[in-house]
Order: sequence, then C-alpha cells, then structure tokens
Amino acid sequence: MDMIQNSGYLIAAFLFVLGIKKLSSPATARQGNLISALGMLIAVIVTLIHHNIISYQELMIGLGIGTVIGVISARLIAMTAMPEMVALLNGCGGGSSLLLALAAYIESPFLTLTSAIISIISILIGGVTFTGSIVAWGKLSGTFGGKPLRFIGSQFINIICLIVIVWCGYMFVSDPMANAMMVYGVIAGSLVLGIMSVMSIGGGDMPVVIALLNSYSGIAASGAGFVIGNVLLIVAGLLVGASGLILTNIMCKAMNRSLTNVLFGGFGVIKSSDKDKEQGEVNPISAQDAYLVLEAARSVVIVPGYGMAVAQAQHATHELAEFLEENGCEVKYAIHPVAGRMPGHMNVLLAEASVPYEQLHEMDDINPDLGMVDVCVVIGANDVVNPDAIEDEASPIYGMPIIEVTKARSVFVLKRSMNPGFAGIQNPLFFKENTRMLFGDAKESLHHIVTEFKE
Amino acid sequence: MDGEMIIYILFIVMLATFLGVELISKVPSTLHTPLMSGSNAISGITLLGALSLAGSALNEMSVVLAIISVAMATINVVGGYLVTHRMLDMFKKKEKD
Repeated sequence: MDMIQNSGYLIAAFLFVLGIKKLSSPATARQGNLISALGMLIAVIVTLIHHNIISYQELMIGLGIGTVIGVISARLIAMTAMPEMVALLNGCGGGSSLLLALAAYIESPFLTLTSAIISIISILIGGVTFTGSIVAWGKLSGTFGGKPLRFIGSQFINIICLIVIVWCGYMFVSDPMANAMMVYGVIAGSLVLGIMSVMSIGGGDMPVVIALLNSYSGIAASGAGFVIGNVLLIVAGLLVGASGLILTNIMCKAMNRSLTNVLFGGFGVIKSSDKDKEQGEVNPISAQDAYLVLEAARSVVIVPGYGMAVAQAQHATHELAEFLEENGCEVKYAIHPVAGRMPGHMNVLLAEASVPYEQLHEMDDINPDLGMVDVCVVIGANDVVNPDAIEDEASPIYGMPIIEVTKARSVFVLKRSMNPGFAGIQNPLFFKENTRMLFGDAKESLHHIVTEFKE
Repeated sequence: MDGEMIIYILFIVMLATFLGVELISKVPSTLHTPLMSGSNAISGITLLGALSLAGSALNEMSVVLAIISVAMATINVVGGYLVTHRMLDMFKKKEKD
C-alpha cells in the first residue's frame, strides 16, 4: 500500500513541476493549471485510500467545508480584489501548516531534537503567515486603512515577541515532553509578531508583502512536511517558497529598495515638504482636445496604474484602444512591475477587459521605443512614471526604474486631482512642457473621448 | 529522524530549490498574479498531511486541529485552482478577423 501512495506522490510532484513549466507562456498556462490540479487530485486520492486512515467522517466534514468556501470565494471574487483573495489564501496556507505541526506534536510528543526544532520553525512561520496575511487582507480591502501604523511602543512589543519566541522555543526543544506548554508560547508570540510586522507597512508596499507571505506559506508547508516525514510536502512547499522569493526580489528591484527597507521603514513616513520648489505651470486639456490629438496619433502607449483599478476604468480603456486601432493607430500597454497591489495585477485587469496579451509590454521592453511614440496616456499611475527617479538625485525614489513617458511626443495624464501618489512625492511629470493633464474621473474622461470617436 | 535520513532529505531540498528557482524565473510578469494564486493552491499540499493525521489520530485534540487544518488547506487548493483557472481563461490572443 505504501508503494501505491509513494508512486502517487511521485506522479503528483512531476505534474506540479510540469504545470509550473507550462506557466511560462499565456498560451499554455491554462493547461498547466489543469495539470497541476490533476497532480493534487491524485495526491489526495492516494492519501485517502491509505490503510492508516480509519475514519472518514471527520475528513469529509473538513473537505466539505473547505470546498464550499473555496468554490464560493473563487467564483464571487472581483478581479480588482484579487490581491485580497491571494492574501487570504496565503493565510489559510500558513494556518493549515501551523495546525498540522501542532496536531502532529500533540498526537505523538516523542520528538527527536531535529524534529522538535523543525516543528517550532514550522509553527513560527505558519503563525506569522496566518496573522500577517489577515492584516494584509485588511489593509488591501481598506478595512484597516492603508497607512502604515507605527506607535512608540511597537518596537518594544516586537522585541518582547522575539524574546518570548526564542525562549519558549529553546525550552521546548530542550525537552519537548516536559515543556509542552512552551509550544503555545511560541504560537502566541508568532501570531502577535505577524500582526505587528505587517501593520507597520504601507499600502504601496503591499506587492512585496504579499509575495513574501506567499513564500512563507510555502516554506511553512515544507516545514510541516519535515515534521510528518512527507517528501511531497517538502518538495511542493519549496517550489512555492522559491516562487514567492523570486517575486519578492522582482518587486524590490522594481522599487529600487532592499527587503529590509520595505519591512523596517521607508516610504510611508517620508514627508513631501522638500518638494515645494517652483515647478512651473500645469497644462490642463479638455476631452475634446485630447480626442483631436489622439485621432491624429499613429502610435499610442497606455500606462495603467492602481488608479485605473480604483476607477474601474479597464473596460473604458480597452474601448478607447479599439477605436484607436480602428483608426489605424498602433496601441500598446506599458506595465510597470509594481503597478497595482500585487505582481501582475494590471495584466489580469486588462485581460478581464479582453485586452489581448500580445499588447501588454514589460517596462524594460517598451522603454527604448517610447521616443517614437506620439502619445503616452497615463491612467491612474503616478510614482511609476515620476521622472524624478532619473533626474533628481535628492528624490527618495531616485534610482527606481520607471516607464519613461516623457520621451514620447506628448503625454496625457488622467488624474482626479493634483494629489501626490502613494509615496507622497510631487511628480514633476505634471509640469513638463509636453504633458497635458486631463482632470476628472478616469472612467468618465475615457468615455468622453470615446464618445467623440463615435461621432 | 537519523543522520542518514536528514542528508537524504537535504538532498531533495537542494534539488527542489534549484528546480523551483529555474522554473519560476521563466514565468513572464504578465502571469505573475495567476502564478501566485496557482502556487497558493500547491501550498495547500499540507492537505495530505492533515488528511492522514485527521483520519488516524487517536488523541481527540489532534483530530480536531487536523480537521480545521484540512478545511483551511482545502480552501487553499479548491479556491486557488479555481480562481487561477478563472483568470487564465481571460488571457486571450488577439482575434483574427
């Protein structure tokens, strides 16, 4: 029977790897996801038919509840709310690993030194992931407010948490049988630490946090695999852990910041007072005039940002792009890696609005071509197109890679008002000679232009 | 866990990490959101451990904890794969007409 189970696990591991490999192109990605799901199904079935399972009733309760919640949330979630969904899924993964390691310990508390250490690590990462993800969800959905929360005693609480975790962990590892209560100390410490560490991070840094928590949930699963001696958990957990770490790294690079800087301070608290110097005139433009310029344009690049998601303007954007194309204009989308609230967020929103994926271009691919472009239309993006990142060495975002829209012949910025973006920094792009500001709700402005095209 | 077993597992850890890094670096940024939700589904692999523990444990407390763990991991697996499928369905090529 063990033979069947292990063969099943081997096949599952193969299918997971194959599934991720097929994610390397949008054309095969759908198939890849199905392959990965098939691997999971096989793994679950061979686990269920194993002889050591003596009672199925309880299992069905757990599986039933999980399936219902999973199906409903996957069906109902709006594409704009995808970061929240992923945050909650991360949390479930962390929580599940924590409970699994704890349950395994309670069932058989005779741990060797190695198993005890790994149990504690698994519980610690699982706990931090669980509460950290819930706070991340709260921030993304606006329940807790997006501002970083730092108060005088917060460092103090963090230090106490660390001391509790280290001390309880040490006591537990030194004698897992006698010091059973210590495991609850570690759990409590890790849960509080998870809350504290994400609380202090601003909403604009959420792409990094989500990617990091994603990685944690994989590492926690891998740790739980060590505890119960299941190789498939170790391998699959590590694949996820690697994925999260790579994404974290990409996000950090795209903001020109180190991970430590994101986690322990940075943007959220910088004051914008030093940018009150003379900026020149802002040139507003009306939707009619914007239409006249766009109608004459041969090539247009659209730069979306989180503001597009907030205004739900992705469909209106696509509609405008279709009219432009009908008019013989070449339309491309330039996507900055940290546009939106999670890696790849803009791509999903535009795909939802039926923008074909060939039109979605990465920052590095499109920057060299921007000099040949007639019009850049910036919709709800701000910091990712801020020329200070190249021109002003004193700027806090200096060195961050940006989409160099100023190279285009003219730039239209669709914006509600002159408020600075997430980083709280003024944007000199708005004062450039070739920039025209189209004030108002992005969706309405786009509708105005589209109406002009229809006439 | 004895020494030999640990080395054997570290061997797997090393290979899986390299494989993971190589595979994921090939995923284009267009697909990073589905990659995250899809890898979330894979991290629901804890379901296996939770299932076999919940079905075999004798201690009532561990059975209860394991069942909650089963439910959470199932949310991860089912929700993760379904939502990834929903997203990938939207990624379409340009229609030729």
